[in-house]
Amino acid sequence: MATSAIERTSKDIVLAVQEYSLFAWRAMLNLFRPPIYWTDFLMQSDIIGVGSLPIVILSGFFTGGVLALQSASTLSEFGATAVTGRFVSLTMIRELGAVLTGIMVAGRNSSSMASELGSMVVTEQIDAMRALGVDPLRKLVTPRIFASISMLLLLTIVADAFGIVGGAVVTVILNHQNGTQYFNSAYEHLSFSDILQGLVKPLFFGYLLSSIGCFYGMRTTGGTEGVGRSTISAVVTSSVLIIAVDFVITHILLTIFPT
Amino acid sequence: MSQASIRAEQPTAGEQEAGPVVELRGVSVDFDGPPVLEDISFSVAPGETRVLLGPAGVGKSVLLKLIIGLLRPRKGTIHLFGEEISGLPEEKLFSLRVRAGMVFQESALFDSLTVRDNVAYQLIQERTPDDVIDSRVHEALRFVGLEETFNLYPASLSGGMKRRVAIARALIHEPELILYDSPTGGLDPVTSTTIIELIVKQRDVHSTPSLLVTHRLQDAFTLCNHRFDVEKDHMVPLPDGETNPNTTFLMLDEGRLILDGSLHDLVHTDNKFVREFLE
Repeated sequence: MATSAIERTSKDIVLAVQEYSLFAWRAMLNLFRPPIYWTDFLMQSDIIGVGSLPIVILSGFFTGGVLALQSASTLSEFGATAVTGRFVSLTMIRELGAVLTGIMVAGRNSSSMASELGSMVVTEQIDAMRALGVDPLRKLVTPRIFASISMLLLLTIVADAFGIVGGAVVTVILNHQNGTQYFNSAYEHLSFSDILQGLVKPLFFGYLLSSIGCFYGMRTTGGTEGVGRSTISAVVTSSVLIIAVDFVITHILLTIFPT
Repeated sequence: MSQASIRAEQPTAGEQEAGPVVELRGVSVDFDGPPVLEDISFSVAPGETRVLLGPAGVGKSVLLKLIIGLLRPRKGTIHLFGEEISGLPEEKLFSLRVRAGMVFQESALFDSLTVRDNVAYQLIQERTPDDVIDSRVHEALRFVGLEETFNLYPASLSGGMKRRVAIARALIHEPELILYDSPTGGLDPVTSTTIIELIVKQRDVHSTPSLLVTHRLQDAFTLCNHRFDVEKDHMVPLPDGETNPNTTFLMLDEGRLILDGSLHDLVHTDNKFVREFLE
């Protein structure tokens, strides 16, 4: 009994991975094959990019502030508080800016994609679209993926900038250090590989969070309860995968560009 | 009987010579369980209206979705407009689906779009100019008697109005085949009659072949016993003893086709299940 349950679960997982791979591959190919629905891309860019701006600014700002607070107390033991700016900027740009933005946008948009598409599935709107001769993958999924990738890149830059500003505010106001020194330290030690790491990651995270959100939405079954399940699965899976993929990308990039 | 309705009842010589619009041969389907449909074979000829009867949950909607390629059969072949579609990849099906219209059971209108954008959905995708779209949407909405809903959202429409908008959406592209999935299900008798009148109008004025799924016998008999009078602009009963020769019946029971014939065949069959269904 237990063996058959394990076997069934294993098969379900393998099947889901296979379905997701095919789905994500087809959606990816559609990025380069006409027709591309530019209007839908712009609408999704507005929803994902402009809509996520407040949460990204706030989370970036306070993360930078916390980094400055935590690092200052540790660095002061070594008399190295002057490198707080370097610490905050490197951490934000190389790691936290991309990961935090990815997770915030996954929470906001991966869930909305899953619930929106899931609702369309259970009310037969997706079938109606197919019956009207329109490919839902091209019309609904590809613009969301395209918009998520491009917007997450820009949002990450915004998060990085506000993180460094947040660190500066804490450094100057709470830690009573020199602001110019903070910004000099933050800027001078940045290298090409740091910027590259920070800008490559959001491309992967944007693709992940949108393709997973759309995938769970499009395979929704079981009415409104199923929509709820799809939404939870989309957020959990995309958030966990963002962190896992971050580890892999960081490892690869550190191998290519050793510090 | 008006000239228009007399013409509409008889298929033209060209239509009779052409092959069936839809043809199913030995189609079976299941969803990881017992078969939903087993060995289904029938066809829809040009100008023909086929009424698919059967109790709820017998696989009628599944059959409609198979015909338009929304679902795939486990076994058998499906020809739509002469092309075998059961093995056709999804991207090649879109061009065939554009030629057909489908009215879904629960209307399936896009709830984030206005009635205008719902009805014009195909035209918008084809980048038809806005003024042409507006004029054709007005025409389609006039056909279903809902011109005043042009700028409304589906949420503000009643169930019957949604079905009529769904019919307008299915008809705007002048389809070569219309599939109606329980268009009167869950509606009051007056609204049901309005919907059936629209279907009779489409049948008699445009001679569009169609397949109508229903479990309501009164709808089936109304379709058979009425014609659309173009001059009076409404449906009128045929004289006693006359029926529409192009309206024929199919009946499903436990996933199998148990009847394929005319109204006469339906009411005179010896099949026990059909007799119980009729009674």
